[in-house]
Amino acid sequence: MIVAGLTGVGGLLLSSCSSAEQLPPTYGNLLRAGDNLTYSAQRALLPDGTLAREYTTADISSFPATGTVDPGDLKHPKTSEEFRQLRAGNFGSYRLTVEGAVARPGSFSLAELKSFPARTQITKHVCEEGWSAIGQWTGVPLSRVLYAAGLLPSARFVSFHSYDDWSDSIDMLDALHPQTILAYSMNGRELPLQHGAPLRLRVERQLGYKSMKYVRRIVATEFLDDGGDRGNPKNGWAWYVGI
Amino acid sequence: MVHPRLYWGEVGNDLTEPILELPISRNYKHGGYESNGPIYQPAAATQAPAISASRTFDIFNQNGWGRSLHFLAGWFLVIFGSVYFVLGIFAGHFRRNFLPSRYELTASSIRQDVTDHLRFRIRNATGGPDYGLLQKASYLGVVFLALPLMFATGITMSPAVAAAFPFLLDIFGGHQSARTVHFFAFAALAVFLLVHTLMVAKSGFRKQIRGMTLGVKDEQ
Repeated sequence: MIVAGLTGVGGLLLSSCSSAEQLPPTYGNLLRAGDNLTYSAQRALLPDGTLAREYTTADISSFPATGTVDPGDLKHPKTSEEFRQLRAGNFGSYRLTVEGAVARPGSFSLAELKSFPARTQITKHVCEEGWSAIGQWTGVPLSRVLYAAGLLPSARFVSFHSYDDWSDSIDMLDALHPQTILAYSMNGRELPLQHGAPLRLRVERQLGYKSMKYVRRIVATEFLDDGGDRGNPKNGWAWYVGI
Repeated sequence: MVHPRLYWGEVGNDLTEPILELPISRNYKHGGYESNGPIYQPAAATQAPAISASRTFDIFNQNGWGRSLHFLAGWFLVIFGSVYFVLGIFAGHFRRNFLPSRYELTASSIRQDVTDHLRFRIRNATGGPDYGLLQKASYLGVVFLALPLMFATGITMSPAVAAAFPFLLDIFGGHQSARTVHFFAFAALAVFLLVHTLMVAKSGFRKQIRGMTLGVKDEQ
């Protein structure tokens, strides 16, 4: 009881320091309240615009592919017919939809995404399991796509939805960060199927599971969408994993 | 443990060489990977290509709630630990009770204390200091080495903190080095916890608990 009270007070105290900060729901779970304390503290104490370390091509390492490695796999519980068809056409018909708190909702083909000025970064992927790998990613900064769709000032978060039915989101600080990109290329080649083809997110200042693979749809929101029943917090995983 | 392999440097995963593997869960040497082939060909012909492989093994993983509990406990450690540390320094507790005297650091003193411990000859509790030599060494090691290392290597593994303070990666030699040190610091603390609890029990459990909680101490 004391623990719960202290954590609650702590979380409340910190969140009141930045009055505009929204926090993911705790579902009455003390552990989620602790996650919120950590999120608030990191946002309050860490400088905003720092970049995760970038490496050289000599540092590129072997890279396991975990979780979903093919959303079209018939044996996959969330198998996607839509993905199978897209892949059969070499993603020629793929369109990334961008909607929500934007002035010009719409969609982008891979060719259109590749026509934006790109960013190439060699960064370290840190999995929550404890392993790490270094890879080179090339893609369009998420901020460019959001601005092209006319991101509204009221937008505070960006949600992502994948072909293997994942739903997750990040706050605007991470969304507009220069290293937050929609990657279509890995290690100088087309993004492999197992690593998220045709497009995966990179969120370099959080753990690997925020870097969603097989991105299908992006939604800018005013309120934090934690994915509800299919999202992480409801299923026991922290929403913010800068740590 | 979800990933019972330890490495050194920045990178370490199931497709790279570990420095140590721990047989502590069904994930130990599970080998459940399907190769995807090379994923990067280095410029130097002598270097092996980087590979990708898809994991097919259903790993044991309770990290969701585990991590959250870990960091909640971390807040308690940092908040109460800082208070303890500051008080310990400014109230003179560390200087008076942790630092061994010149006489305690002689070869014969050391030998005596070690022998006493090996023979399980533990002094009866007074409910507080003075502490024996090995006891002082343990407390110094925990307060000034193991716990600060736990904290520092722990935050080094945070992507957000490492981005804000990249020198942390340089101090520890990379993410996986920090993780390995973090593990061994934990092991040292686990051993301390075991031995410490044993010593408290052996030297007079009731008196020690009363001393620790109510501050009641015998003057001898």
